[in-house]
Amino acid sequence: MVGIVGYGVYIPIYRIKVEEITKIWGEEAGRIRDGLGIIEKSVPDMDEDAATMAVEAGRNAIKYAGVDPKRIHAIFVGSESHPYAVKPTATMVAEAVGATPHLTAVDMQFACKAGTTAIQCCMGMCSSNMIEYGLAIGTDISQGKPGDTLEYSTGAGAAAYVIGKKDMIAEIEGTCSYTTDTPDFWRRPGTDFPSHGGRFTGEPAYFKHTVNASKNLMEKLGLKPSDFDYAVFHQPNGKFPAQVASMLGFEISKIKQGLVTPLIGNTYSAASLIGLASVLDVAKPEERILVTSFGSGAGSDAFSIIVMEEIIEKRKKMKSVMYYVGDKVYLDYGLYVKHRRKLKTL
Amino acid sequence: MVTIGTPMSWRRIPERYGLIGSECEICKANFFPARKICPNCRRRGRTKPIRYSGKGKIYSYSVIYSPPTGFELEAPYIIAIVELDEGPRLTSQMDDCDLRDVKIGVPVEMVFRKIQEDGKEGLIHYGFKFKIAK
Amino acid sequence: MRRRVAIIGAAMTKFGEEWERGFRDLIAEAGVKAIEDAHMSGKEIDAIYGGTMAAGRLIGQEHITALIADYMGLNPIPATRVEAACASGGVALRTGFLAVASGFHDVVVVGGAEKMTDVSVGDAAVALGGAGDQEWELFMGATFPALYALMARRHMHEFGTTIEQMAMVAVKNHKNAARNPYAHFQNEITIRDVLKSKMVASPLRVYDCSPITDGAAAVVLTSLEKARKYVDAPIEIIASSQASDTLALHHRKSLTTLNATVVAARKAYDMAKLKPRNIDVCEVHDCFTIAEIIASEDLGFFKKGEGGKAVEEGETELDARIPINTSGGLKGCGHPVGATGVKQAVEIVWQLRGDAKKRQVKNAEIGMTHNVGGSGATAVIHILKRAD
Repeated sequence: MVGIVGYGVYIPIYRIKVEEITKIWGEEAGRIRDGLGIIEKSVPDMDEDAATMAVEAGRNAIKYAGVDPKRIHAIFVGSESHPYAVKPTATMVAEAVGATPHLTAVDMQFACKAGTTAIQCCMGMCSSNMIEYGLAIGTDISQGKPGDTLEYSTGAGAAAYVIGKKDMIAEIEGTCSYTTDTPDFWRRPGTDFPSHGGRFTGEPAYFKHTVNASKNLMEKLGLKPSDFDYAVFHQPNGKFPAQVASMLGFEISKIKQGLVTPLIGNTYSAASLIGLASVLDVAKPEERILVTSFGSGAGSDAFSIIVMEEIIEKRKKMKSVMYYVGDKVYLDYGLYVKHRRKLKTL
Repeated sequence: MVTIGTPMSWRRIPERYGLIGSECEICKANFFPARKICPNCRRRGRTKPIRYSGKGKIYSYSVIYSPPTGFELEAPYIIAIVELDEGPRLTSQMDDCDLRDVKIGVPVEMVFRKIQEDGKEGLIHYGFKFKIAK
Repeated sequence: MRRRVAIIGAAMTKFGEEWERGFRDLIAEAGVKAIEDAHMSGKEIDAIYGGTMAAGRLIGQEHITALIADYMGLNPIPATRVEAACASGGVALRTGFLAVASGFHDVVVVGGAEKMTDVSVGDAAVALGGAGDQEWELFMGATFPALYALMARRHMHEFGTTIEQMAMVAVKNHKNAARNPYAHFQNEITIRDVLKSKMVASPLRVYDCSPITDGAAAVVLTSLEKARKYVDAPIEIIASSQASDTLALHHRKSLTTLNATVVAARKAYDMAKLKPRNIDVCEVHDCFTIAEIIASEDLGFFKKGEGGKAVEEGETELDARIPINTSGGLKGCGHPVGATGVKQAVEIVWQLRGDAKKRQVKNAEIGMTHNVGGSGATAVIHILKRAD
């Protein structure tokens, strides 16, 4: 038995509304909001990056878990916006959360799903008794090219999970992945913004992998959609999760709690994990949660999670996802550009 | 630009990341940053590391409009002397707050942020800053 | 047993943005004029003490006193550099005083100089920042004005000092500077000018801050006994004291007082057997307007917290109870960092000799200089008296 001992999220306080961006590009705010299912997105402060957010989320997770950081012997940080191309974010996180020096640490990259893959790695090391506790983090300050659709959805955020076999608040009863070489979204080194395949990112990428990973997991565990109380899917916008839920036979009501993108944008490696955290903030013991992430390139990790009794006590100490979502300050486009350093001279 | 050498910055990581200072076992005084010599006891003192909680209050503050090289993007920003709950004071930036809310005595808590970077190719120096406690 | 020490020569260059003159030119001018003022030829000099804070960063030159001795034509006498941030000049003066008082040297030249405009304003600001705690103040984004701004905020909080009272310090010092042909600024300003100027680090604005200035000053010291052989009116140094405090502002017990000033002042008054009310004229370290207010309290001229009110009521004007910064201070006369401490002595010498012309304080017999390093980690005080 292995599972989640504690979790934490971090969302920067700044936001920009869709209409602030449409104003600049001459788009219709209503059409974008309805089309993407996004109202506003989070914007990092100028002194924040994937590492600082990972540390905040990591510290929150460890506090929630109630474990001594020196007993965490593996840290995996998944991101597609690591501050260094060479020098791991994971070592800085390890130092900042107090886990150094007796641990292994490494950075991971798989578009939006590196965070969930980090959980799988921790599960393996814990189950095999290689380590007592592991820390898996997904963190990103994603960038969208000005004027591109992505500009409306690229948000910033981080989520961290302490994985172990003791004092769990939720058991991970199984995990399953589906991976193929599918070039739906990429970024070459030295370029500022990613490129994507437009509509190609839908059916052959997001839907194919999400559906297959979810189906295979349910088959492996002998479960049906009706066995689940919640479903959290990767959420590049506010629409895809509802579509994939429908394709899999999940009621739309089950995805609501885990759908946070409409208010903070797509936080990439943190997206599914922040969605899961939002569910864990309210779920009751013995309820079952499906989480399926998606990372472009492409692949999906699916998890079946059962909430345990311990969550009631531990939950009392922590700030919820909705707290972070609601703690906000709005920026106009000019300040947004300054914050995101989109001007060449910056 | 205050260019701080790599080893010099690295030596201070425990203090900047973990707010680790020293306590003198003899006179029980608390210090930040860490000190090898207790100024009260000198030779008779014995200092050991202590990790501060990161909670404190604003002792004084100023908004900097003329930034030094390397901090231009962030100007104007707030610099404060924070008095930690455990006693020692330090100088740090304030983040995520409206200037109208910054007053002497307001409780604050530590956050982890970028402090400065050595240009586009150099090292990024991370460490503590503070925000108003909620 | 120590000897009594007197200043027999004093000189300074014009302070300002001296594009035509480099470091070597400035120090040579001040040094030569001081030696001439002492009615000496230069052969009599036993040693040089030079105060300069940041020559390394500002002109890329260390080993600065070797340069000074060379360019003043004084090889092979020993030349020693003294550095204590903005108190470099004052501490150089004290070091020269100790050399003569101890009997080890008979005639000593003390010079202070700084060439600040050969680099950009940003680079000069970085160099000045070295006066603070690099790792824990400057590294975090604090600037030097910010440190004094933090003190101003506390002074306002604890005593109700106002920004108008701070502005009045700048107005007074500009007024005095306008009567000083050597001063950087020759214009008078109003309170409104100060309050309208650009904010630097709240609550301090551009006019609350001393400028970036080039300049040099020098004095010649000898024993009081020997002094009378050269000049009719030697000025005796009847007290010399120095004290230290924590480097970082945040480590001080209080932000509204500079303990180094308080301790040095007490030692100086004891040494001279005088009280604050005996001082007729004083040059204090007004790197920022709030610094003059705090210093006027720490030196015992006014009760703690009442320095602002004192300025407001004109108690530190040229013709008032305790004229402060008749030269224009750092604010009006300028602040070539290493030169300031020595320039303060030059101004007091001129006041005590009756040579201060349009800014002469009537019947000035006892004067004081107060020079501070950084945000208060060093304070050095001298009391001067016209020798009988």
